Amino acid sequence: MSVLEIIIALPLLAALAVWLGAPARAASLGATIVNLILVLYAVVQYGGKTGLAFTCSHPILENPALSFAVGADGTSLILALLTALVMLAAIWQIQDRPAIFYVSSLLIGGGALGAFLTTDVFFIYAFHELALIPTFLMIALHGRAEPAQRKAVAWKATIYLGAGSLVLLAGLVWLVLEFSGGSKLTFDLEALRNQAKLTPLPDAKQGQIFFLLLLGFGSLVSLFPFHSWAAPAYATAPTPVAMLHSGVLKKFGLYGLIRIALPLLPQGAHVEWVQHALIWMLLGNILVMGLVTIHASRLDDTLANSSVMHMGYIFLGIASGSELALKGAVILMFAHGVSIALLFGLCGRMRNQLGTLEYNKLGGLATHAPAFTVLFAFGAFASIGLPGLTNFAGEVMIFLGNFTEFKAGALTPLQWAVILALWGVVMSAVYMLRAYRSIFHGSPATGLFMIDPALSQRVPFILLAATLLVTGCCPWLLLNLMKSAL
Amino acid sequence: MSVFTIEAGLAILGLALLLVEAFKPDISRRTLGLTAIAGTVLALVLFILAPHDTASLPGFIQPWHQLDGLAIFYKGFALVITILVLWLTLECAPYLTRFTLDGKLAEMFSLPLIVCAGMMWMASARDLVTVFVALELVTISFYVLVAFARKSAFSLEAGVKYLILGALSTGVLVYGIAWIYGATGTMSFDGIAKALANPATSKTAALFGSAVLLCGLGFKVAAAPFHMWVPDVYQGAPTPVTAFLSVGSKAAGFVVLTRALDAFMSAGSIIGSEIQALLLVIGALTALLGSLPAMFQTSVKRLLAYSSISHAGYLLLALACRESARFDLSSGGVVAFYLATYLPMTVLGFLGLGIMRANGLGEDLKDFTGLAKRNPLLALLMTLSFASLAGLPLTAGFLGKLFVFLGLADHGCWGALTCAVIAAATGFYYYFKTVLAMYTTEGTDVPALSLSTATKAVAGALALAIVILGVYPKPLQGVLKADKAAVVAK
Repeated sequence: MSVLEIIIALPLLAALAVWLGAPARAASLGATIVNLILVLYAVVQYGGKTGLAFTCSHPILENPALSFAVGADGTSLILALLTALVMLAAIWQIQDRPAIFYVSSLLIGGGALGAFLTTDVFFIYAFHELALIPTFLMIALHGRAEPAQRKAVAWKATIYLGAGSLVLLAGLVWLVLEFSGGSKLTFDLEALRNQAKLTPLPDAKQGQIFFLLLLGFGSLVSLFPFHSWAAPAYATAPTPVAMLHSGVLKKFGLYGLIRIALPLLPQGAHVEWVQHALIWMLLGNILVMGLVTIHASRLDDTLANSSVMHMGYIFLGIASGSELALKGAVILMFAHGVSIALLFGLCGRMRNQLGTLEYNKLGGLATHAPAFTVLFAFGAFASIGLPGLTNFAGEVMIFLGNFTEFKAGALTPLQWAVILALWGVVMSAVYMLRAYRSIFHGSPATGLFMIDPALSQRVPFILLAATLLVTGCCPWLLLNLMKSAL
Repeated sequence: MSVFTIEAGLAILGLALLLVEAFKPDISRRTLGLTAIAGTVLALVLFILAPHDTASLPGFIQPWHQLDGLAIFYKGFALVITILVLWLTLECAPYLTRFTLDGKLAEMFSLPLIVCAGMMWMASARDLVTVFVALELVTISFYVLVAFARKSAFSLEAGVKYLILGALSTGVLVYGIAWIYGATGTMSFDGIAKALANPATSKTAALFGSAVLLCGLGFKVAAAPFHMWVPDVYQGAPTPVTAFLSVGSKAAGFVVLTRALDAFMSAGSIIGSEIQALLLVIGALTALLGSLPAMFQTSVKRLLAYSSISHAGYLLLALACRESARFDLSSGGVVAFYLATYLPMTVLGFLGLGIMRANGLGEDLKDFTGLAKRNPLLALLMTLSFASLAGLPLTAGFLGKLFVFLGLADHGCWGALTCAVIAAATGFYYYFKTVLAMYTTEGTDVPALSLSTATKAVAGALALAIVILGVYPKPLQGVLKADKAAVVAK
């Protein structure tokens, strides 16, 4: 029995209990608070160790070898911490909603924890699928649009994510067939990694499989041009679902690339055609989506599109493959998850109180709701990449990580990509500052009135904002968890 | 007590129940139903306790019957599904009697026992004659069961369609058996395998005979292009019978297919590669032709009929891939595993349909609207059943499909694999369309729907089976693995 098993089981059991009639808010909050404490305990215990810890394995099939195996390294623990934080915040901020909101939040969070903390490819995949189902159902049933429209949005997301999952499954099965060794098929990630070290595939083949995995994982992360499901889905999704999916679940695709694709196919991302394709796609995320975001006229559109845009930086870290850039990518995954969850949470509250998110109808909210404004500022400035908040640390590491070998006058394609991507930071500043100004500054628009949330309702947002500040000022808290090479 | 005696006892109990109803017309259907269930449960207990080897069978039957791992698995399977169907019939009785002539249900309780005996005999058949006799015992009983609700025009239509196509397929099957006998000079599976390994056997005749035989069996398991009867018959038949057809009759067809293909595709068979190609084409077609039309169905019962066709497709693809060294299950083992996962999820789905019918609801997609509000537990169970049918990971349905797909990938059958994956992906759409309807709340002011304790217990057990098989399949695989060793030893 490992502490990770409790961490995975707790939200799922709480979801079942709530569905069968347990008091929704008390049970959900209780489970998520205990869960956050357990995750923090695991993080502290792990400390500066390297490699997998808290491992525990229960075989469920011998051949093909499948086992329910848990284990965590620094990357998984950082993402588990992100999940526990965002899940607590998402559940805490729910007000006057039916039990299904709590159930689905717990299922999405529990599924994400399962995906991050298991070490068997089968279960990594399975838990992610488990988390997708409630996401889809909640958008279709409780989305903020007319029934026909929200169903269309939900189906679009389902078709993209479903097709992406199938491509991903094909890629994973290909990995299993290639790296299982002679006599037995195995889904155990450690065994596959060892085999990949012993008998690496030829570079060209690595490139092919990596590209397949990139398409599969990539469409889950809204990699350009497979991104068009994401913005409408986030803009429509109920607040806790938007927080959990954009903040946590979307990181699964990136996590998969870092934990599965890169170690098994170390040369995959460096095959020339794959690298070039990836650079074009991630520049699409940063530059094209950056311009789209600037054009948005509603806060939810801005946030949803910016969330797609910021994935480009993380892909830049993955494409680089240098130690520094990869660690930066993990830090940025954490930072983006916390900041976008904070912003979506506040955005949902604004919509409930004001009934509109159009910039030209808003203004001057800072006078009535100063605390709300400060909290929003944390999210917005983190998203821009202001030093002192976590996102800055991640972005800088990714940018510098691509310049570890630098020859003036002979820039590599990746370094060109960084130079172009830097313009994305400018775009972020443009749309976030514009959003901030048109919502909070100026004279209050007539008929609009918003007050600060009650103190108990500020807690989840303060929790997220404080996380951004603490890990932003002391990024070594997270970096210490990643002492070994990724 | 030998297994054969138990089977004969079941058939006799079935006949006895018929007679009781004839001579004592005032006997309550509850008594009859409970007697039938008690008899089958007793048979299951005795079957578990009975010795499990061919030598324990009576001497006169040994040339025709065997008790290997496959036979034991399918016999247990037949008993379990029969118990569930009998119980489901009892559950649906108040609604079913509205469509029978005199409000009686006796045959609905006695015929399943005879079907069960037939399926059990089929599981241990060693030659084509035994197969044929057992298969007809099952099929003829089903002709009656399908048309049982005779005041319903749908049921009658279904009965006629099933009778005509069933009789036709029986003819085709016999024709195939005759050709195989002509080509190989024997009807026993072992003998056929030996004759086919001999290069002197006429390849054309053997190939023609086995292809015709596969067509005949294709009708029984609803393989394309012989699947046209399935939607109408499944929709028209009373729900318990549909569940029985979908699970029991399908399993019976597949145990025969497994035996026949073990013979046709044994090592060194002169027709092995042709039969494999045929199976791959039929399997891929069946999976697609089941899944694609299912997207457009508005009746959930009909949707389940199409889904049943596509599941038959995956099973045929599993049969096309013989043993792989990197895999613990033979193709017959994969099929058995798949069917074991298919049983709880399908029965649970039909159980839900039956309960809804008994509560005055229809079987259309619109009747599912707001089911979660009527009864959250039933909605949760139905969600689990549909998720498993779709093949969602962590449910039983995923592992069955995973084995089939891994087998295809290991044999390099990429074309068939692509078709199967497309069919599976389509499945997600139509199963979750139904799930979505259950949780839709707008515009529905729906009365609550209550479940009896017995229903909750049975449905809960089925749901538990889906989850357990999905996350801890090791024991089941262990049972079926022993069988691979036996096949390889042969």
